[in-house]
Amino acid sequence: MTSRVDGRKIDELRKMSARIGVVKRADGSAMFQIGDTIAFAAVYGPRELHPRFLQNPEKAMLRCHYDMASFSVSERKKPGPSRRSVEISLVTEKALSSVVDLKLYPNAVIDVFIQIIQANAGTRCAGITAAAMALAHAGVPMREMVAAVSVGKVGKEIVLDLTKEEEDEETGATDIPVAMTSYNKGITLLQLDGEVNKKELIEALKLAGKGCEEIFKLQERVLKEVYSGGKNE
Amino acid sequence: MNNDYLLSLMEQNKRIDGRRLDEYRKISIETGISKNAEGSARCKLGDTEVVVGVKMDVGAPYPDSPDEGSIIVTAELSPMASPDFELGPPGPMATELARIIDRGIRESKAVDFKSLCIEEGEKVWMLFIDIYPVNDDGNLIDASMLAAMAALKQVKFVKLKEDGKADFGEHTNKKLGLGKEPVTTTIYKAGKSIFVDPNNKEEGIFDSRLSAAIAGSNIYAMQKGGTGVLSLQDIEQMLELAFKKEKDLRKVLDAVK
Repeated sequence: MTSRVDGRKIDELRKMSARIGVVKRADGSAMFQIGDTIAFAAVYGPRELHPRFLQNPEKAMLRCHYDMASFSVSERKKPGPSRRSVEISLVTEKALSSVVDLKLYPNAVIDVFIQIIQANAGTRCAGITAAAMALAHAGVPMREMVAAVSVGKVGKEIVLDLTKEEEDEETGATDIPVAMTSYNKGITLLQLDGEVNKKELIEALKLAGKGCEEIFKLQERVLKEVYSGGKNE
Repeated sequence: MNNDYLLSLMEQNKRIDGRRLDEYRKISIETGISKNAEGSARCKLGDTEVVVGVKMDVGAPYPDSPDEGSIIVTAELSPMASPDFELGPPGPMATELARIIDRGIRESKAVDFKSLCIEEGEKVWMLFIDIYPVNDDGNLIDASMLAAMAALKQVKFVKLKEDGKADFGEHTNKKLGLGKEPVTTTIYKAGKSIFVDPNNKEEGIFDSRLSAAIAGSNIYAMQKGGTGVLSLQDIEQMLELAFKKEKDLRKVLDAVK
């Protein structure tokens, strides 16, 4: 098995850590770090949705907002939304919506704010992982958890949790962000940039599943710590 | 139209317009639809109609790729095309559509960015690919990609003036050489049914969609949409259909000279 630039095995995640309750004003919040990527997520709501014509009497709206801090990348990013962040906010909403019981809160909105304060690849996945924990922390009824990780092809190898260095590999790398649910193992986010055939894609998705299992364990552990009066919060 | 009715029809392998679940509507592509564009095309998928125009301009290269031009894809969901669209700057739907097309073209290297270099580190051609749905009767993604690729196939370089600026309206005989020609097929899932090319009513009921930009045996860009959940088996099944349908769409694109 070839080793990677940072010495990891192809199916090895970067070092992870997570904390709950990092934004006190919010109804729920979490921080998730994987390698050098750090995501904060805060949940506000369910609360009344304004303007009122946007309200849905059948269910709540889940509204996600993904943003990267200007200093999170090597060359300063212009603050504010970009086309990329608008798209990521949209796919994050889709990745989380299916597990949240939105029918319980007609006319309401659940706002999820994701801020990347340090970026080294896999930021949308780290954001989704943090947001799922923040939703659970806010006490929003969820059918199952969601975790996300990026997989991809670097050279000819299918690897788990790419770093920025691997993404920028000269011969070209394929990046595949995947989000998965904890119980049904359903895929709720799937994007791809690069070049793979069908067989490689399926192999990558299986590897993503393996990575998500490890993230689920971490999510469960830190959330349980909070509710058993542990060190978090 | 009742959504439950649409779903129950699909469970019996039927659709409201009589198509099979894996059947596209009639596809046609017309090129040269707008004189002042460097390349243009219209794609019709049943009643869905998308026009795409490509314009060029001279710009500065990105510092990290001094010998490469670039593409800029935008989509405008004008209220003309659907009662669901509103005036104003591009929202998430328009942004997503543009980025799905952008990534398909970019990642497959359909356009050789190095061929857009005029003077290394100083001047490169920027290629603006602008997507305008004229009528939205579903499946804008697949129609937009076909129209974009057909328009790109027409592009001839703009002449340069002596001062290095673009001489708009004047073209050289040099065509924009294309590498791979990606085709995007989007597979939809509603309930247990998997289908392609929804019309507007069917687009209102899907749980998930999976778009794949395909050329040869490879996938270059993918996007899952919708709030539904897909199993690995679903994805395998959808990909198989995507590769099968890509061949049909490619025939139409290949016929465009």
